[in-house]
Amino acid sequence: MTAAADLAPSYELVVIGGGPAGLAAAALAARAGVSTVLFDENPGVGGQIYRAITSTPVRSRAILGEDYWDGAALADEAKASGALIVNGATVWSLDRQRLVGVSLGGKARLIEAGRVIIATGSQERPFPIPGWTLPGVMTAGAAQTALKAQGLVVGGRTVLAGSGPLLWLLAAQTLRAGGRIDAILDTTPRRNWLQAMLHLPDFALSPYFAKGLALLREVRAKVPVHRAATIEAVGTDRVREVVFSGAGGTRRLPVDLLLLHQGVVPNVNLANAAGVAHVWNDRQLCFVPVLDAEFGSSVPGIAVAGDGAGIAGGTAAAERGRIAAIAAVRALKPQAAVPDTQAIRQRLQREEMGRAFLDCLNRPADSFRLPEGDTIACRCEEVTAKQVRETAQMGCEGPNQMKAFLRCGMGPCQGRLCGLTVTELIAAERKTTPDEVGYYRLRPPVKPITLAELASLPISEAERKAVER
Amino acid sequence: MATEARAGDEFDVAVVGGGLVGVATAWGLSREGCRVVILDEGDRAVRASRGNFALVWVQSKGLGLAPYAGWTIRSSNAWRGFSDLLKQETGLDVSFQRPGGFHLCLSEKELEARANVLKRLHNQPGIVDYKTEILTHDQVKAMLPDIGPEVVGGSFCPLDGHVNSLRLFRTLHAALNARGVTYLPSHRVDAITKEAGEFRLATPYGEIRAAKVALAAGNANMRLAPMVGLEAPMRPERGQIVVTERLRPFLNHPVVTLRQTDEGTVMIGDSKEESVDPSGLTIGVSATEAERAVRQFPLLANVNVVRTWSAIRVMTQDGFPIYDESQTHPGAFTVCCHSGVTLAANHALTIAPMIARGALDASLVAPFSARRFHVQEAG
Amino acid sequence: MFKRLADSSPAIAISVDGKTVTARAGDTVAAALLAAGIDHCRTTPVTGAPRAPYCLMGVCFDCLVTVDGVGSRQGCLIPVREGMKVETQLGRREAGR
Repeated sequence: MTAAADLAPSYELVVIGGGPAGLAAAALAARAGVSTVLFDENPGVGGQIYRAITSTPVRSRAILGEDYWDGAALADEAKASGALIVNGATVWSLDRQRLVGVSLGGKARLIEAGRVIIATGSQERPFPIPGWTLPGVMTAGAAQTALKAQGLVVGGRTVLAGSGPLLWLLAAQTLRAGGRIDAILDTTPRRNWLQAMLHLPDFALSPYFAKGLALLREVRAKVPVHRAATIEAVGTDRVREVVFSGAGGTRRLPVDLLLLHQGVVPNVNLANAAGVAHVWNDRQLCFVPVLDAEFGSSVPGIAVAGDGAGIAGGTAAAERGRIAAIAAVRALKPQAAVPDTQAIRQRLQREEMGRAFLDCLNRPADSFRLPEGDTIACRCEEVTAKQVRETAQMGCEGPNQMKAFLRCGMGPCQGRLCGLTVTELIAAERKTTPDEVGYYRLRPPVKPITLAELASLPISEAERKAVER
Repeated sequence: MATEARAGDEFDVAVVGGGLVGVATAWGLSREGCRVVILDEGDRAVRASRGNFALVWVQSKGLGLAPYAGWTIRSSNAWRGFSDLLKQETGLDVSFQRPGGFHLCLSEKELEARANVLKRLHNQPGIVDYKTEILTHDQVKAMLPDIGPEVVGGSFCPLDGHVNSLRLFRTLHAALNARGVTYLPSHRVDAITKEAGEFRLATPYGEIRAAKVALAAGNANMRLAPMVGLEAPMRPERGQIVVTERLRPFLNHPVVTLRQTDEGTVMIGDSKEESVDPSGLTIGVSATEAERAVRQFPLLANVNVVRTWSAIRVMTQDGFPIYDESQTHPGAFTVCCHSGVTLAANHALTIAPMIARGALDASLVAPFSARRFHVQEAG
Repeated sequence: MFKRLADSSPAIAISVDGKTVTARAGDTVAAALLAAGIDHCRTTPVTGAPRAPYCLMGVCFDCLVTVDGVGSRQGCLIPVREGMKVETQLGRREAGR
């Protein structure tokens, strides 16, 4: 196990995140002779898609599916490459000078990086419905993590709700593992199909087409699927039932567990805090970093690869990681041999082919992104949609002033679970675009560190003089 | 609050700046019956009101300009009534408290320097008499039981207090909204002229007209004041703050560099840096603030930091407020200072009525005219 | 809510609010709490509402618990260890622990 004290003061390349993009990038760069460290905050590598790939207690390969096991090769490759892979390491700061703040075993360090590849991936899109903060309401991704990492499968009365490939994948994996699913509430608006069909020819050529159809068939054969236009988690101490409305009126289902999912969005916090420019992607309804063809960002020497660069899936993430790593190697060690990017780009293109279809089909309905009334928008500070809407009406134009007024985004999650909701609510109230409204201006630490850790960092004489008077 | 100006809107006063100084002044003007419009920048504005430390602070104010001590105490004394008025109007409690505040010293050298500053301050001719005591470690510990052994002592002033400044900011905006005051965000003022007896303020969204204008735009007053025959020499500086997660109450008095908010978070820091880049943040400065905080209150060592930020202080060249009325453009005023929280009560309850009447009361604010910069040059 | 697919991993005893809970090697604190059927792991510092793990991937901070006397630890990122003491965190954290 690497300790904070074992880390060198600088590395040629620092890769942040141990999912497919990070693993592929670190492996490629290290093999090319670049001194590479990969920081990942989880107990093991794999990111979310290949979560616990080196340690999962799930023995039957069929349960998680062959796509999951692809991750093993990536993990092996990274391990054999000579890159230093550090798990349990939380990167809490990154600045324009590529100084990386990392916390490991309760100790903080500042590490200089020649180049940085941010591979912090995606997170599930906020799903602000009434009652979504109740115990017993979790994300579908959380249930999948518990299955992959601990072999925990849902056993009580369980309802899945939302849209997107992961929802159906989790349903299939759960059923294969002998888990219980009482119903799936499909929130995909019917009109999404019209938009999506325009992109069907491309999607039909993508690897996701056949897999997706097979998954839908597998799940629909075993679980009732209802369309839902509204969903509410009801209970006081925990969720007791889920109330939804659809074509057949309002229905109630008793539940022990409600699993929500409506797609994934880039995890922007670290890149945002580093000053990387972002732009609103209206098809994916999220902010994405502004990147060049090699995934280089607006900050020199910092690239963003994987789903953090815009959602494209795990296989594409690895290819993006490789492209970003090749750019890093070329900058750091121009003589080093690197793989041909042409082949990588072709594979990446094939992976990205079906994305427009998936984005259009799974575009979440306004009603599940733009909450009303007392529905909580900011889980940490318990700020309601109504408060955000009224404050926008008062003249508050953006999320940073909103944060000052209502404290939304000021809690420990630092806006990860409310940022998109707050931006979209302001845009709706002020009749403008999310791009115009903008996003929270994030500051380090993007993950909490203790005051003692912060206090332990190197201090120059000038920095001390700025405080001591 | 109207957030769009309509053709034909007539305003008595245009307040330039929607930060704490601007909204406190605007609220006071509205109370005087003025029809007010506030011209503000947008969400990405460099905004000191979102970055301040929220002290309502008296101790050590006035070294170099004795009347500033009296002006500060006036506001400190008016603060309770000010917060009560806001609560009556909005139902929001800005959590003003005046339990007395500390300046803590971590070495004998710091304590000696502290004592010297206070001595020089209180020896000035014409200084209002107010009490600030130098205390030993044991005396401090009797009031702040969680201090660490490295705190050698400090100073204490019973007039010091603090407030929830972000809630104050929101409360003033809410009060103005309820009063129907027109608030125009993203209306950066590019030019001000006076024609036919009224001020014309050019903004990206058209011209706003008003009988009077109050410049409360922080460091931007430096750019705006000359448009109406005034001046506001500024020297902005950067400060950084560290803030922790919410904790159960452990600290009953604010310390000048560390305070626990009513919500439970602990704010730490009082750095001064030359930089005027609000997006930059120096980790070594945050580290120094954290290190001193842990020495002052060792029980904070394991507490999580959830945020740090830097903000640009509104700072005049000598650090003291500027209140002025234009000789060349009657009806134009500057309201400009660093301590927008401490002085909010004065701006709302003393300065605003003067502007409403059309003339500053020299007996109260003559020492704060920017003319003092020329007197010093001449001298 | 959750059941274990296989109990093949070695058992690890931790205590949760003083009661012994059997976790498995490879569990995070949050997973162990879910497997044990524990309803909520904290109450919020704002309204005191009960919360339980939500995302299990380190972004939501709803699984904050006190671990071995240190408050506000992200349960979903910390592997269990034999003898670990986990406590429900009620409202605001207490400074000094």
